[in-house]
Amino acid sequence: MLNYIIRRVLYGLLILIGVNLLTFILFFAVNTPDDMARINIGGKRVSADAIAKWKTQRGYDKPLLFNEQAQGVEKLSKTLFVERSLPLFALQFGASDTGRDIGYELRQRALPSLALALPTFLLGVFVVVVVSLIMVFFRNTYVEFWSVAFAVFLLSVSGLFYIIAGQFLFSTVLKLVPASGFAGGLDMVVFLLLPVAIGIVSRMGGEALFYRTMFLEEIGKDYVRTARSKGLSESVVLFRHVLGNALLPILTSTVAVLPLLFMGALIMESFFGIPGLGSFTIDAINGQDFAVVRAMVFLGSALYILGLVLTDISYTLADPRVRLA
Amino acid sequence: MPKFVLLATDLALFFQMLVLVLYVRHALRTPLLRQSWRYVQRDGAAMSAALVLVVFLLIALLDSVHFRPRLPPAPDAAPAAEIAYSTRTLSVLDVLLTGPREAREKTYSTPLATHQFSKESIQREGVTVRDFPRLQYGGRHLEQPQEQWGGDVLRRSVNGLGSGLLVVVLGAALLVLSQSQRSGQAFMLAALDLLQGRSALPWRAIGVTLTVLLLLAAWVAALWPYYHVMGTDQTGNDVLFVCLKSVRTAVVIGSLATIATIPLALLFGILAGYFKGWVDDGIQYAYTVLSSIPSVLLISAFVLMIQVFIDKNPQWFETGLERADIRLFLLATILGLTGWAQLARLLRAETLKLGELDYVQAARAFGVSHAGIMRRHLLPNVTHIIVIVAVLDFSGLVLYEAVLSYVGVGVDPNTQSFGTMINSARNEMSRDPVIWWTLSTAFAFMVALVLSMTLFASAVREAFDPRARAYRVRPAGASTLPS
Repeated sequence: MLNYIIRRVLYGLLILIGVNLLTFILFFAVNTPDDMARINIGGKRVSADAIAKWKTQRGYDKPLLFNEQAQGVEKLSKTLFVERSLPLFALQFGASDTGRDIGYELRQRALPSLALALPTFLLGVFVVVVVSLIMVFFRNTYVEFWSVAFAVFLLSVSGLFYIIAGQFLFSTVLKLVPASGFAGGLDMVVFLLLPVAIGIVSRMGGEALFYRTMFLEEIGKDYVRTARSKGLSESVVLFRHVLGNALLPILTSTVAVLPLLFMGALIMESFFGIPGLGSFTIDAINGQDFAVVRAMVFLGSALYILGLVLTDISYTLADPRVRLA
Repeated sequence: MPKFVLLATDLALFFQMLVLVLYVRHALRTPLLRQSWRYVQRDGAAMSAALVLVVFLLIALLDSVHFRPRLPPAPDAAPAAEIAYSTRTLSVLDVLLTGPREAREKTYSTPLATHQFSKESIQREGVTVRDFPRLQYGGRHLEQPQEQWGGDVLRRSVNGLGSGLLVVVLGAALLVLSQSQRSGQAFMLAALDLLQGRSALPWRAIGVTLTVLLLLAAWVAALWPYYHVMGTDQTGNDVLFVCLKSVRTAVVIGSLATIATIPLALLFGILAGYFKGWVDDGIQYAYTVLSSIPSVLLISAFVLMIQVFIDKNPQWFETGLERADIRLFLLATILGLTGWAQLARLLRAETLKLGELDYVQAARAFGVSHAGIMRRHLLPNVTHIIVIVAVLDFSGLVLYEAVLSYVGVGVDPNTQSFGTMINSARNEMSRDPVIWWTLSTAFAFMVALVLSMTLFASAVREAFDPRARAYRVRPAGASTLPS
């Protein structure tokens, strides 16, 4: 088991290195430090001196991948790639292009992000499972027909509509909750109510349909027939036997998503003014702050890989038939 | 002759039409494919959806024939002087809708309004008063808008709907006539059969959809020359016109991005599944790297790069339209290049399975080359996966465009798209009184497009993947669905 985990983690590290190389090439090969300096200094007075000064200040004054002036190993290590990538693995994110400490920002913003993402995710899974079970319970009736039709409709509406319409209805017209903003402590509940509800509704269509097919597949299995033939009522079969067995894949699939919740919800956070990592990322994209975007890419991929490793482990824990190969 | 302009996305769209035509020809000649598509044909919802999709596609294609009109020669020019072309690039759709395109107001106005939405200082009989000014184009044929407006709108609506209804009745009669001719039934019996949904093709569903579309079109055609049917936006453009222009952007993003994923996914998926071993390891590594980067961030990284590239090389693009178009083209390509991982994974799994089957083993024993096996024995047997994924992805991509435009890495701000419309609607919805018509029109168009694609996709999926048919809802007592 330990051997297996170590192998998975090492593979994860290998992937992270690949991610890093890819993003490095993306960001630096096309948009050279000179271009970045020009954008950041701005205006017409961009002289060669000013660019050189900006690069030295920000530490961009080294070659990209290969340093011809250095000696020995330093030919490879005194380069932008190594200097900009290695610290990321030690979670040292450095300063953004505007001079702020990225690590500090991340710590500050992780909590609000999580406060929004975690309830949305957990409540969402609960609601979706209940709704899809109800669909399956009423299968081959008009209840199912219309709820499937409604779910297909929900699926076809852009998430942005839910946000805009929800804000309009509940904040502007009914004045039940504030339109946007955030506060610490218990006050945050008021600000989070609407985004959490909208987050659940906008995901519901697609996921309810997905879970429905999953339950329907489960219902065709032999143990369900056995349970029915020994005289159990349909609701007992559904809520005890089918749900219990289908819960396993649901739980293991949630494990894959859990680490990514730290990244926050991009759109939700910026619409509702929640100072989380999602809005941080959007601001960075809009401000063309490449240092922040690279840090977020690294963080996101690292969390994704963590999710993959956790999924593998939870599968083997939950289902003894899965052998570690 | 006007000077035709071929934009990158035009070319891509026409190329796709060619591929589509070739596929249809191929499907008609292959009995198995014909049978699968006949399943889609018998599905009422799918055929209605297909009808709506064809309308959207026609709009997009009309909007993809671009040209620069010829300017009238200067009065004192020599007869042999060089022909001058307008600097503005127009499309056939622009020409067809010249009226609404040129009817530009100053700013917002409500649907069918005769007056502007906001007050302005106007001179009236020598005195300056603040009031709602008359619109330049909307309802300008009315002398006394206050008294005449209601009657005029009602009269024109009834005229439009009435003529639409006439066309519908005529069309229905022709349909019933042709059916009764073919089956040799009496006219009334044939009509009853169609009404109760007893026909090979789902004529009842198609008829209802066609009726709704025709009535809507007739109503708009009756009112549009005189009013802004869905109002005007902040810069005074007709909202309905902007929406029709946005259709092309959505179609281009949805189809081009889907097409762009196919070559990479097909190549890598089949290679990985066929050769296994280190080829498989390498390809799996590549797509795990790609899919581990959060997609919005990966796409923004690419798009920021493109932006830098375009800004650095302005000399390559003659007009602003070309610049915006190349960005749309590259955005769709990027969506494809970053999105191939999922399809490749599916194709790899299917190829792994097929590779173990007897006929592939036999081909190998006969000494057929690797390339030959992949092309002749594997490729034709995985195409159904490509068809399913392609139609399923389309609607997701149309929705994704709106999100990307909101993040600021979507289409060029000057390109009309549903994403940019929704973006502007964000501020409009918080105004008081609220400006609702931009958002609702964009909403209606987007839902119509995405919903049709979703319905069509689910029928295609059922046709090509018989296991999916088990999940179809069959309410007791409802008419039996095709099997």
